[in-house]
Amino acid sequence: MKRANLQSLFLKSIVYIALLLAVSTLVLIVGNILIKGIPHLSLNLFRFKYTSENVSLFPAMINTLTMTLLSLLIAVPLGVFSAIYLVEYAKRGNGIVAVVRTTAETLSGIPSIVYGLFGYLMFVVALGWGYSLLAGAFTLSIMILPLIMRTTEEALKATPDTYREGSYGLGAGKLRTVFRIVLPSAMPGILAGIVLSVGRIVGETAALIYTAGTVAQIPDNIMSSGRTMSVHMYALWNEGLNAKESYATAVVLLIVVIGLNAFSAFIARRISKGKTIK
Amino acid sequence: MKKFREALMRVIFLISACISILAVALICLFLFANGIPAIGKIGLFNFLTGTEWEPLYGYFGILPMIVGSIYVTAGAILLGVPVGILTALFLARFCPRRLYKVLKPAIDLLAGIPSVVYGFFGLMVVVPAIRDIFGGYGSSLLAASIILGIMILPTIIGVSEAAIRAVPDSYYEGSLALGASHERSVFFSVLPAAKSGVFASVILGIGRAIGETMAVVMVAGNQAIIPSALTEGVRTLTANIVLEMGYAADLHRESLIATGVVLFVFILIINLSFSVIKRRAKV
Repeated sequence: MKRANLQSLFLKSIVYIALLLAVSTLVLIVGNILIKGIPHLSLNLFRFKYTSENVSLFPAMINTLTMTLLSLLIAVPLGVFSAIYLVEYAKRGNGIVAVVRTTAETLSGIPSIVYGLFGYLMFVVALGWGYSLLAGAFTLSIMILPLIMRTTEEALKATPDTYREGSYGLGAGKLRTVFRIVLPSAMPGILAGIVLSVGRIVGETAALIYTAGTVAQIPDNIMSSGRTMSVHMYALWNEGLNAKESYATAVVLLIVVIGLNAFSAFIARRISKGKTIK
Repeated sequence: MKKFREALMRVIFLISACISILAVALICLFLFANGIPAIGKIGLFNFLTGTEWEPLYGYFGILPMIVGSIYVTAGAILLGVPVGILTALFLARFCPRRLYKVLKPAIDLLAGIPSVVYGFFGLMVVVPAIRDIFGGYGSSLLAASIILGIMILPTIIGVSEAAIRAVPDSYYEGSLALGASHERSVFFSVLPAAKSGVFASVILGIGRAIGETMAVVMVAGNQAIIPSALTEGVRTLTANIVLEMGYAADLHRESLIATGVVLFVFILIINLSFSVIKRRAKV
């Protein structure tokens, strides 16, 4: 009897120790970045121009925004449309569906450096775009495509069939039903996927270094090179350690990520609330 | 007119769905077409088993990088898996509801932190700590393993937790009814039932760790030599690409793409085993 108790106590304590380790790691990382970084957030970091004396973060912020918008502009329609095909149009046992699922799964497992290599070989070299925001955005849009596809698929599947039947019953065609009835009700789920994708775009580095390049200014157009915030951090490390600026950049990145997470949690709560009302 | 629009959009949806097939095909095509010739020139055997990486002198052996990738991944698994699985057990079977509402977003945040930020944290905190405790440069196999171990935590926790939750309650209840304590029931009845899902999480973690680039580059030291101690520097396949792609030319450049091909093949094998296990586990 006593031995069993001892064993239970041991098991319980290793579970608690593991939890403590996981949580304290997170607290250590976030705490370290915020405490050491916030004092370095000076106004100079948000100057319009980057110079070697003033390592301004502002151009990188603008580039991150451009990169995010461009990538979403390419990936969201493609991802949503392909999910619509898989859920609404493809018939059971359709051969294409299995292939699309497998390839999407493959895409989501490919490491970002491989995307970077591919983007470099295809967009930068073969298509002759050079290091450019556009090459970076195309590379990233392939990277986030499976994520948008999966989340949209789940959201479409969660839409009850009665909605569709009701729409057909009122005489609407398939297309009208999809765009007016199914998509709006799946919107929160799709949005959650987009928010996740934004997080990946903002945090991405390896896929961008050799596609969008590392120029630290705001480019004139999307065919020029520009570094995002994450690439900025890598470049700072590469150029010799600018600890202060890196800390400040890390703070901004962390705040963006925390904001995105809070937003997606908010959407998730909305979705689950909607479910209980029904 | 309406019929035409329906048919047109149907085709557009179908084409969109085929984009991911096209993307995988293009990735394979571009990587293999640019990487295989280099392997041919260097010789597959020399390339994979050569221990000297001196591109300027014509030595293209990536064995140190292959071994490096395996070492850091093994280190990350050794550190991350026990903590991850036990934390998943806590979240699924020990956690009070209100605490869960705080912990779950915290774990999600861990997954959202960009890899450069992990790398930077490693550089500023982990590397100096290793330098102080063990001596040497600090940038090492150990530092890379620790950072990667942290980075794979959310993957391990998320997938394992789902697997543990999917075990029917009757397993747990049956064990309790036989007189086992809560802890014993969870560890010896629920956890074994979830083992293929937990295993899948480990495979997924391996994929993450072997493919991670930025965090590793910043803390691993990047010497292209097989390390003989935990505190020595190490270079992974991913680091090899990102470090030298900027200035490489000709065969050197091609050999880096070939490094990417080797990494890609590793990942394909890992993905394949993951989907086989997942199908069996139905997570």
